[in-house]
Amino acid sequence: MQRSKFLLGGLLILTAVVYLIFSSTKASAEYFMTVDELNADGASAIGRSVRLSGAVIGDTIQYDADTLTLTFDVAHVTGDNNEIEAQGGLAEVLYQAVNDPTRERVKVVYIGVKPDLLRGEAQAIMTGKLGDDGVFHADELLLKCPTRYEEAVPEQAASN
Amino acid sequence: MLAEFGYGVLVVTFLVTIYSVIAAYYGARTKSTKLVESARRAMLLTFPLISVSAATLIYLLVNNHYEVSFVYEVTSRSMPTYLKITAWWGGQSGSLVFWAFLLSGFTSAVTLRKWDRDIEFLPWVIVVCGITVTFFLGLVVFYENPFTRFWQVAGGVEPSMFAPIAGAQLFTPADGRGLNPLLRHPGMVIHPPMLYLGFVSFVIPYAFAIAALITGRTDDRWIRLTRRWTLWAWLFLSFGLVLGGRWAYDVLGWGGYWGWDPVEIAAFMPWLTGTAFLHSVMIQEKRGLLKHWNMILVILTYSLVIFGTFLTRSGVLSSVHAFAESAIGPLFFIFIGVSFVAAIALLIWRWPELRGETEMKSMLSREALFLLNNLLFMGILVICFWGVIFPLISELFTGQKVTVGPPFYERATAPLFSALLFLMAIAPLSAWGHSTIQTLGRSMWKSAIAAAVVTVILFITFTQNIGALVGFTIVAFAIFITLQEFWRGARARQKTQGEGFFTALARLTSRNRRRYGGYIIHISMALMAIGILGIEIFQSETQGTLAQGEALDIAGYTVEYRELASWDNAGEGVNYTRAVVDVFKDGIYLGELNPRIDYYAEAQQNMTIPGNRSTLRDDLYVLLVDWQPVSSMGATFKIYVNPLVNWLWIGSLLFLVGILVAAWPDKDPENEPVRVTRSSRQTSAAD
Repeated sequence: MQRSKFLLGGLLILTAVVYLIFSSTKASAEYFMTVDELNADGASAIGRSVRLSGAVIGDTIQYDADTLTLTFDVAHVTGDNNEIEAQGGLAEVLYQAVNDPTRERVKVVYIGVKPDLLRGEAQAIMTGKLGDDGVFHADELLLKCPTRYEEAVPEQAASN
Repeated sequence: MLAEFGYGVLVVTFLVTIYSVIAAYYGARTKSTKLVESARRAMLLTFPLISVSAATLIYLLVNNHYEVSFVYEVTSRSMPTYLKITAWWGGQSGSLVFWAFLLSGFTSAVTLRKWDRDIEFLPWVIVVCGITVTFFLGLVVFYENPFTRFWQVAGGVEPSMFAPIAGAQLFTPADGRGLNPLLRHPGMVIHPPMLYLGFVSFVIPYAFAIAALITGRTDDRWIRLTRRWTLWAWLFLSFGLVLGGRWAYDVLGWGGYWGWDPVEIAAFMPWLTGTAFLHSVMIQEKRGLLKHWNMILVILTYSLVIFGTFLTRSGVLSSVHAFAESAIGPLFFIFIGVSFVAAIALLIWRWPELRGETEMKSMLSREALFLLNNLLFMGILVICFWGVIFPLISELFTGQKVTVGPPFYERATAPLFSALLFLMAIAPLSAWGHSTIQTLGRSMWKSAIAAAVVTVILFITFTQNIGALVGFTIVAFAIFITLQEFWRGARARQKTQGEGFFTALARLTSRNRRRYGGYIIHISMALMAIGILGIEIFQSETQGTLAQGEALDIAGYTVEYRELASWDNAGEGVNYTRAVVDVFKDGIYLGELNPRIDYYAEAQQNMTIPGNRSTLRDDLYVLLVDWQPVSSMGATFKIYVNPLVNWLWIGSLLFLVGILVAAWPDKDPENEPVRVTRSSRQTSAAD
């Protein structure tokens, strides 16, 4: 009798935890995508919560301090770590991506503080949605600059 | 020369540790006191050895020996000496040496204790700690050698320990790359070692648990022996987590302190199991229950500690804290897998001997509530673990990499954290063995009414947000009940001993330190919850570009831009840009703030340092985002108002006090022989 009461209690908690996990996963899942995949999906990608990774093109960075609007283009880089290693490491892959005009690109808009690490050939990891205008609206922007810090690669988080 | 010396000492340490493990193992198997003693002395030798090696590394770091690649990577000439020393743990290989150094020190300390009747544990404690040290030293000796140097060869420069070809010359770069500017902060000096101390000290209770499983001494002796270790481990880990949060708040400039970053979670997960463990061992001590569970918790904690180190060191997951990807990832994975399976196998082998001595009867008894607390901690652990590995799982099964962000963790854990706070309030009121709604109700109705009054006041004056009100109600309830417990205990003493109230309070606490230290920790948790609720639910922000004399309004504050100056500090290679803003509240001048941007030329990196005005009510957190030096001297600011966040830091300090009360060494009654009998467990049941 006692035992079954405890089992029932344990089961209740387990159910609650499982429910919390699944409902929250569903509500906040973000799809990792590369620029290629995003452009290939086209209209079907619009409005879906996406985590996009790409190489920042230095010349395209524009910041309007009045409206805190940051725009820049990112070029496609592969999402596969092994492939990155095979091509000579992240710094090399980013360099190639930025200097290859045939790569798929996408324009990014981010409203907020300009992150300290934003510069050409940085890897941008952005969370946000593709808009109807074909521009990626990032809510969160993380940057990785592997060129100078192979050993201690910092990233910086910024979010609205 | 020095690099070879340092490396040589490392190799010797590695061999000595292996000897110590083997000698301890055979000593235990053959019951040879001599061999065990030899193993113990070998283990004691590892600490001075590894210290010599570490001292060599520090010497190289401090004296600009840039021919050593580790020194080149983490220091530069412009760094002050204290940062050069702390650069020891600023890079991968150095931090692995640091890990081994700490564990070797702790193991030495524990082998120095008087073993007396616990002598049978000794060899196995040496084996477990020794294997862990060996693993880390092996990584350093074979894969991540901090003494690797640069050599001039035909094709350029090659990093290698020894000359790659005969006659090759050393290559010494003129300057090092330097530690990342973000890490050049006093908080960074103590945050990693605190976390590491926490990680490493959890190895000791684990070693004793494994020793208990192997020797078959499955009573609660191992728990009593390691109780203080566990508390100190918990202290360091908790303090490390809080310091990391404070550093993020002060330096990263995004107005927050915790980002549910995978590495933060990696440090948080052993804290969860460790906290559950701290609570559930009490049930084993008092009631002889949950023995299997405690073993599982300590095994999990150990695995999560190694897993946490693995996550930060392997590059499996990208995060603020990650070091570069490296070959040691798979090795970590194998080590965790093997040690986990071995420990679980041992546990299954001893399963029948670990049966509980009694049964849980009442759903509201103290032990049942503790069990519930444990389940909640495990629930949070599962959520965290799921979030961390979800991208890997989804990629494995669907080919599509999907991740979950902070909203996932916030949403999923909030109900469990609230339930934990509630339990924290009522559990101390329930009795061991048996409690009913009536007995609980009698002791809590006053606090419940007080909490209800607070809620009504908050509803009228502060907020109508339901989530916040529920949170504050539980917090108030927990604080009132805990204070009431202090009051009740002190009053009782006052009556029976005829002492003054405060004397009674002090004596009460010092006589039952674990209990009342625990209560202080409970209050501190409630205070921290106030801060978290404040910043999570009520944070407000604004941003704008201002000309001189213009102002922004936010939450009753007026922030007026006065001036801006920019200058170089050539010696440190930093350019500072510092704004001066005047802060008013309701027309009253409160003072100035100086948000600034430091630009590190050699790293080509900015650091945004907020100007922060902190009060008990809220923090005004002003960031300088951008400026136009030529045109109108306009500058862009982002401003946060973080209500109540100071309570998070106040709570953290009180937390330290509480844990020191509970863990401070004294005569250590549990280390005195005898006493641990069933009857003493009964008499202390009211504890």
